[in-house]
Amino acid sequence: MIESAMPNRQPAIEEGDMGSRPRIGVYICHCGANIASTVDVEAVVEFAKTLPGVVVARHYTYMCSEPGQALIKEDGAKLSLDRVVVASCSPRMHEPTFRAASQEGGVNPYQFEMANIREQCSWVHHDPDEATAKAKILVAAAVAKAYRLEPLEDREVGVTPGAVVIGGGVAGMVAALDVADAGFPAYIVEKSDRLGGRVADLNRTFPDLEPVAEWLPGLVERIQSHPNITVFLNAQVAQVEGYVGNFEVTVVENGGGEEQGSKLQVGAIIVATGYKVFDPQRKPEFGYGVYPQVITTLEMERRLAEGDLSVNGKTPEHVVFIKCVGSRDKQLGNPYCSRVCCMISAKQAQLVRQALPDARVTVFYMDVRAFGKRGEEFYDEARRAGVRYRRGNVSEVYRRGDRVVVRVEDTFLQRTLEVEADLVVLAVGMEARDDADEVAALLKLPRSADGFFLEAHPKLRPVDTAMDGVFLAGCCQAPKDIPDTVAQARAAAASALIPLLRGTVPVISETAEVDPELCAGCGMCVEVCPFGAPALDPLWGVSRVNAVLCKGCGACAVTCPSKAIQVRHFRPDQILAQVDVLAG
Amino acid sequence: MSDTDFEPKIVAFLCNWCTYTGADLAGTSRIQYPPNVRIIRLMCSGSVDPTYVLKALLDGADGVLIGGCHPGDCHYQSGNYKARRRVIALKEILKQAGMEEDRVWLRWISASEGQRFAETVAKMTEFLKEKGPSPMRQKWAV
Repeated sequence: MIESAMPNRQPAIEEGDMGSRPRIGVYICHCGANIASTVDVEAVVEFAKTLPGVVVARHYTYMCSEPGQALIKEDGAKLSLDRVVVASCSPRMHEPTFRAASQEGGVNPYQFEMANIREQCSWVHHDPDEATAKAKILVAAAVAKAYRLEPLEDREVGVTPGAVVIGGGVAGMVAALDVADAGFPAYIVEKSDRLGGRVADLNRTFPDLEPVAEWLPGLVERIQSHPNITVFLNAQVAQVEGYVGNFEVTVVENGGGEEQGSKLQVGAIIVATGYKVFDPQRKPEFGYGVYPQVITTLEMERRLAEGDLSVNGKTPEHVVFIKCVGSRDKQLGNPYCSRVCCMISAKQAQLVRQALPDARVTVFYMDVRAFGKRGEEFYDEARRAGVRYRRGNVSEVYRRGDRVVVRVEDTFLQRTLEVEADLVVLAVGMEARDDADEVAALLKLPRSADGFFLEAHPKLRPVDTAMDGVFLAGCCQAPKDIPDTVAQARAAAASALIPLLRGTVPVISETAEVDPELCAGCGMCVEVCPFGAPALDPLWGVSRVNAVLCKGCGACAVTCPSKAIQVRHFRPDQILAQVDVLAG
Repeated sequence: MSDTDFEPKIVAFLCNWCTYTGADLAGTSRIQYPPNVRIIRLMCSGSVDPTYVLKALLDGADGVLIGGCHPGDCHYQSGNYKARRRVIALKEILKQAGMEEDRVWLRWISASEGQRFAETVAKMTEFLKEKGPSPMRQKWAV
């Protein structure tokens, strides 16, 4: 076990015992003029030489440059350094650089400490005397901490091959297929009784009017016949335990108890749970559910597939589309764009023009957002086909005889108009699913203000989440069309394959550990940890930390009444040594 | 000691993800603030042990600043809430012991709030200058 592999010892500090006394090298960086123009680096070097344990102190123009790093490497070997302190920029900038240099000089990379004398000194204090005095004290604190740092090892853990994909729509199927084709088991957990998701409800897709029936059954067939893919229908994830590389996912039949569930061991999880269609009854002014003439775009898909557009046995003479229903609507709490309803409307309007050449087709819109490949061209085609686009906000739909009247404010002409229609199609948007709460709780996923799952970084990590090893695909992250969904699903699969193909995942070394001699087994660390890292050993009655789950936050260490649990690299004696210098 | 030549010492415990990064931003933005603050980087404000604060005050700090992520933004989900509870308890204990609890400040400062960090340090320095040197060190010296 990893826990026992880590040496559980305090650094021995015996004054006068030269054999075990730390040998610290201190390096003060000029950062060109960034530090040296304010801080008297030579004075800091002379001061550093007087600090306990320091055997060499130098200054150099740019410590992060090749020759700067070479100083650390050469001193490390020649002077048998066992600790290094660099006073330069923020550790958030160059800690990895100098840790690597220390390691090359034979110094354990975790026995390295940085003093931030640029961001927190020379750049914010103009007075050279004050800045120099502060730089000295920051260096002294870093040396005091370095003196007490213990060696740690880089760590990694093995990965269980395979991935669970939650959701059997297009996103989930495509992601599972890539994982399976790479040679790993993929498990699709689908809540409904069939694969295909929402796309199976569609007839033809924009911008090529390609029938879904031409490609979806083939995709489903590939999933069903793939030797590496297992599909659970009418099933859901009941529990997720573990961490990146080693998850245990409990899958149960809908309504079934956890005891009868299948336990799947996998290294990664892809969330492809999709979206909820906006319920237009939340916009009662449109009369959906009241008038048979008012339908949604999804109902229109079925009618177009069946070739039946009649209302009350009559062929419609005027078909009206209303866009942004449930989208870009702050009153509903949905300020975002659905990203698809412009193009769905353009597609269905064209198909109505083809099916009913004598009928008028009008689209009421706030804006037309025909982005993406062939989007604008497709919108042009709709207008050339005779679809009338009219900019206006629809305020109401009401009945007049066997037709309905659409009351709309024309936002160009600034006046209200009313048009009679036989069929009104509401272009409904997308919302986060009702069960997004449960999924978020299961996987500890943060959500954005719109309720969709939150990616780790909007640009650079669009399919990663705050939870290592859990990835997002499709509309559960944000509304999107099929090409974007497929692209994101394949990106999620590629990201999930990184740990699976590497076979190991790195984990931080600065984790909590328990001194079993001091632990009374009170369990407060277990209670306070948000990641489930500590657990009471039932045999010995003491707490033990699963170092793979530990994120090193230190909440447990503060809580522990006997200080039996401590975080490596942030032990009380190390921090108090800093306090001693900085407060003294 | 007159107000003019007293320079308070502030020990700051800042969380790595928000306030420490906010302090870095104050630096990259070259926002000037008093040099009275000395920063200790911790991973989370929830790992600030009350004994660290006490030790700082007893060692001679005139003020202690604890900086964490805004509520709801903790990198470790709930560390800042833990910090808030502990600081409330600590201040109560300081009061009971006849010590000045207003020398301990807990502030939420995000990674993008360099200006706020600089202003906080300036305000705290000003506050402590007016308050004068901490009597705690003398009181507890044995």
